[in-house]
Amino acid sequence: MGLKANYLREVKAFQPSPPYAANAIKAFLVGGALCTLAQWLAEWHSRLFAVSPFAAQLWAVTVMSGLAIVLTAAGKYDDFSQFAGAGAMMLMTGLANALASAAIEHRSEGWTAGVAGQMLKAGGATILYGIIVAYVLGLFWP
Amino acid sequence: MEYVRAFLAGGLLCALAQLALDRGKWTSADVASVLVILGVLLGFSGVYDRFVAWAGAGATMPLSGFGYFLAKGVMVEPRPDGLVETGAAVFRFAGALFAFIVAGSFFASLICKPKG
Repeated sequence: MGLKANYLREVKAFQPSPPYAANAIKAFLVGGALCTLAQWLAEWHSRLFAVSPFAAQLWAVTVMSGLAIVLTAAGKYDDFSQFAGAGAMMLMTGLANALASAAIEHRSEGWTAGVAGQMLKAGGATILYGIIVAYVLGLFWP
Repeated sequence: MEYVRAFLAGGLLCALAQLALDRGKWTSADVASVLVILGVLLGFSGVYDRFVAWAGAGATMPLSGFGYFLAKGVMVEPRPDGLVETGAAVFRFAGALFAFIVAGSFFASLICKPKG
């Protein structure tokens, strides 16, 4: 065994490995809780206004995005996102947070080049690839 | 029972995304884009309709749900025809979310100063 392989084996015990399981469990719990809240909102809206389940889902996701924007504006979403990781980032609330935080962060650069120009900096990839794939597939789907 | 299914579905998607972030060394933009593209593909093929019927908000809240809304706008009957109708149909449902988030972010930046 070479010196380098030996060294790598010896030093491995001292290298921090990301706590995969703990992170995944946190993401599971927070993501699940947010989805449950959205489900409750959807059923409440569906019952109160007698709309279709699909419209109620769309409404619930919109309201959750609005909550995320309010939390971001209050500066609370970051702490929450730090704890939950993907559980807060990979939902629609995470997309709303990405847009709102980019807009707030760049407001000192002006309303056009700052807020409007930088708003899609973090969340733009998600939206653009979704639109591109949906449009091209929509043109050619039988 | 709907709540348990929503919790399980949403939680599992988030846990998988977290594993992709940690193990696969992907950036969060990569994972988010893959989720949306998956949602669009499954939405077109009709699989996601069944997933939404089973899990409710557990399927529509993750970013793949945004892809599903994009695809659903095109797939709803009557199907759009041609460049113009398809382009409009993409935003039939997802445009509601998109417009709300963009306008909401703008007004948030109007009111708030950055913290920290």
